Amino acid sequence: MGVEQENGTPTEMVPASEQDISDELDVKVKKYLRGEGANLEALQDKKLKGQLVIREELYGKSAKAAAKAEKWLMPSEGGYLEAEGIEKTWRIKQESIAREVDILSSKNQYDIVLPELGPYTLDFTSSGRYMAVGGRKGHLAIIDMKNMGVIKDFQVRETVRDVVFLHNELFFAAAQKKYPYIYNRDGTELHCLKEHGSVLKLQFLKNHFLLASINKFGQLHYQDVTMGEMVGNYRTGLGRTAVMQVNPFNGVVGLGHSGGIVTMWKPTSSAPLVKMLCHHGPISALAFHPNGHLMATAGMDKKIKLWDLRKFEVLQTLPGHAKTLDFSQKGLLATGTGSFVQILGDFSGTENYSRYMGHSMAKGYQIGKVLFRPYEDVLSIGHSMGWSCILIPGSGEPNFDSWVANPFETSKQRREKEVHSLLDKLPPETIMLDPTKIGTVRQSRKREKPTKQERKAEMEAAVEDAKSIPLRKKMKGKNKPSKKVKKREEAVARAKKPFLERQMEEENLSTKKQKISGEIELPKSLQRFARKKATT
Amino acid sequence: MKVKVISRSTDEFTRERSQDLQRVFRNFDPNLRKQEKAVEYVRALNAAKLDKVFARPFIGAMDGHIDSISCMAKNPNYLKGIFSGSMDGDIRLWDIASRRTVCQFPGHQGAVRGLTASTDGRILVSCGTDCTVRLWNVPVATISDSDDSSDNSMKPLAVHVWKNAFWGVDHQWDGNLFATAGAQVDIWDHNRSQPVNTFQWGNDSVIAVRFNPGEPDILAASASDRSLILYDLRMSSPARKLIMRTKTNSISWNPMEPMNFTAANEDCNCYSYDARKLDEAKCVHKDHVSAVMDIDYSPTGREFVTGSYDRTVRIFQYNGGHSREIYHTKRMQRVFCVKFTCDASYVISGSDDTNLRLWKAKASEQLGVLLPRERKKHEYHEAVKNRYKHLPEVKRIVRHRHLPKPIFKAAALRRTMTEAERRKEEKRKAHSAPGSISTEPLRKRRIIQEVE
Repeated sequence: MGVEQENGTPTEMVPASEQDISDELDVKVKKYLRGEGANLEALQDKKLKGQLVIREELYGKSAKAAAKAEKWLMPSEGGYLEAEGIEKTWRIKQESIAREVDILSSKNQYDIVLPELGPYTLDFTSSGRYMAVGGRKGHLAIIDMKNMGVIKDFQVRETVRDVVFLHNELFFAAAQKKYPYIYNRDGTELHCLKEHGSVLKLQFLKNHFLLASINKFGQLHYQDVTMGEMVGNYRTGLGRTAVMQVNPFNGVVGLGHSGGIVTMWKPTSSAPLVKMLCHHGPISALAFHPNGHLMATAGMDKKIKLWDLRKFEVLQTLPGHAKTLDFSQKGLLATGTGSFVQILGDFSGTENYSRYMGHSMAKGYQIGKVLFRPYEDVLSIGHSMGWSCILIPGSGEPNFDSWVANPFETSKQRREKEVHSLLDKLPPETIMLDPTKIGTVRQSRKREKPTKQERKAEMEAAVEDAKSIPLRKKMKGKNKPSKKVKKREEAVARAKKPFLERQMEEENLSTKKQKISGEIELPKSLQRFARKKATT
Repeated sequence: MKVKVISRSTDEFTRERSQDLQRVFRNFDPNLRKQEKAVEYVRALNAAKLDKVFARPFIGAMDGHIDSISCMAKNPNYLKGIFSGSMDGDIRLWDIASRRTVCQFPGHQGAVRGLTASTDGRILVSCGTDCTVRLWNVPVATISDSDDSSDNSMKPLAVHVWKNAFWGVDHQWDGNLFATAGAQVDIWDHNRSQPVNTFQWGNDSVIAVRFNPGEPDILAASASDRSLILYDLRMSSPARKLIMRTKTNSISWNPMEPMNFTAANEDCNCYSYDARKLDEAKCVHKDHVSAVMDIDYSPTGREFVTGSYDRTVRIFQYNGGHSREIYHTKRMQRVFCVKFTCDASYVISGSDDTNLRLWKAKASEQLGVLLPRERKKHEYHEAVKNRYKHLPEVKRIVRHRHLPKPIFKAAALRRTMTEAERRKEEKRKAHSAPGSISTEPLRKRRIIQEVE
């Protein structure tokens, strides 16, 4: 990550002591431990305790091994941008970055100008190898970013509002004038998803194989793309919106509405999980941090807000418009408005975002979409005159995992992975606000009713408390013993009152039950002799 | 200005030649794996389902006897061999791999009731209701492999006629002695025609006898007066006796914890005892719905197999109250004898329908040589299943076994009966003076008396 620091005096290279190394490892181990261990002291069951001790030890060992592997075995290091002297990182131009970096990386800086086919939107596969672009006027294309080759581009002669890749580069969905369509890599139309209606924005949930869409009438659809089953179809009831984003951490879909409300949805409930008022005025963009704890919203009220999703609180409010927002893998936030892109970064580690880089396009370009390319230090910008890519050092994750997302995947590996990801397909019920709840046991809420004796003891204790409260000395004449006694009695009665009330209630309930059962018990032939109620 | 961006050249991240393996890069960062817990849970669920899909425990039947199988013996020195004796006096040696008879040992006039092989695997001892004990030479492994049998029936090494019919026999571990069970427990030597020692405690006949694998001079026997007796050959009189409410049909010592043994009881349960502390069972293994006829420990000592009169074979953990596995087929009748093979991966059952049946000890285990990747996959599946085994869905799938209807009904009936008994006991306790009625745990309840 780009960290600004003053490099006035050349510091000597000091070999890191063992203490430093172990400290560094400790930080990493903490990351791999995924939270605190279970509290074993509170356990009564010795057998379980023994088993858990062994388990915790194993977790510790594997976390340590992973931390060591990270420290010593990772092939590449992350990018960075450091200012020297009076330089500021946000004043550094793309041209000067291009001069400094190697040829391979400088190739990632380009503008594609296609003025006729209107504002472009884009999407990447999870490995960042392939990009799908969609022009408003019907231009669809898939591009291999490794060798900058167009795999397929074609014209659908219809408005295209959004494109999104499905689980791999072989399939992508495009939201067109009336319906969304699914195409394969060769541009063959595979499906027309008529149930979705005219969709404004598409999102794909990779672990669940769900295609989520929001249409013109503010209806949210979830469709399972493996079986074609419609999993959910909900009216948001908050009007038309084109602001939709999936929280990658838990699969919850966030929608930004024109009333300044952000709602979060899961496919198994017809009501939103969360409804929060974020801005005074329509929401223009929404983005989630990859770790799921941070949300950025931009509104027409000229504010960009960062929210803590664990407490649902504003962390930071920044001034400025944003038509589009995106978080990078390393947590940089890109905002795009007009023809200007600004990158914000969190360098203090306290989730306090400050400006990191900026880039202005040629005058008159209207930015429609910014998107960081995964596993690369590249930001792609879709705008009214085509699309562009710029270099943002420190935005991407430097080390990929071949089993998670591999930019150098062969077709055989892709096939293998498709099968594996289908086997691991998550059911839609696993989408929830706190996904760590999965696999845990819910504690039983049911508390046993206090017994009669317990209640009696409680009441007596309350009465004793009431008696023991010292009475204040009053003015002369109001301090008579009789008044004191009366006050005490009142206090005792007050203390007793809730207990007695509860008792009364229960008695009433039980008598009611008896009454109802008594009525049922009466045989039909005798029912007409039963006393009628006085209502008639 | 200092700047560095990620730049990957294709050469560094792909293989050099097409013959090479694909290069694999790992990054264990939890942030890269979204919803990993849900994925793991789904994998555990799938692993549990796959286990059910691949559960094919029955390997084959060994057909040949013409009367029901009464007893079996493992050859401790030869993995593939198993001896079986039947009610018509026929004894056969089977090759488990080819599931064929290797040779026969004719001679018994009545039913063969006991079979055992010496620890070196050279001598087979059989006894039966015709009041004879016969010693046989076991053919060497190389001979038994050649299946073209010129003369595959053996002559006995020795025949000892004795006063009473025999019910069981067991050979001492690493020694020259063997013990027969009949009207009393007789200790024999290979070279003598008469017992070297005789033990008797009470007048009832002894039905099963088993030597301790760790301490060769100690043996346990069960008698038809519902007693379990421990003998020590170094002493002239029996050591201890335990009288239960029902008869014990068979005993097996735990080979890894030689002070513990498990008794297969007539009351459908198995009771694990510590031989040093007989006043209470260590564990009661419930699940059968009819008398348990035979029991045998796995050589690992972690589980044992039981065969029952209810036509099923069950596998229990050594400390588990309920069985982990049940095996049954439509054609298998009353099971009289079961054995774990010496490599702990197969179970053999002999039943009333004259067949020996070969089962896998783990129903869904993949047989044959496993590739390292396959083995790792299986291990991973085991691990995730173990991790999420307490969750209701996984638990349900792992625990579910299809039962034959009569057994399902009988189990339900037994459950109702025990439940009713327990309720009655509870009510009786609630309506009598506090402390006047004490409930005993099942571990103690079935024991009448311990005699020193």
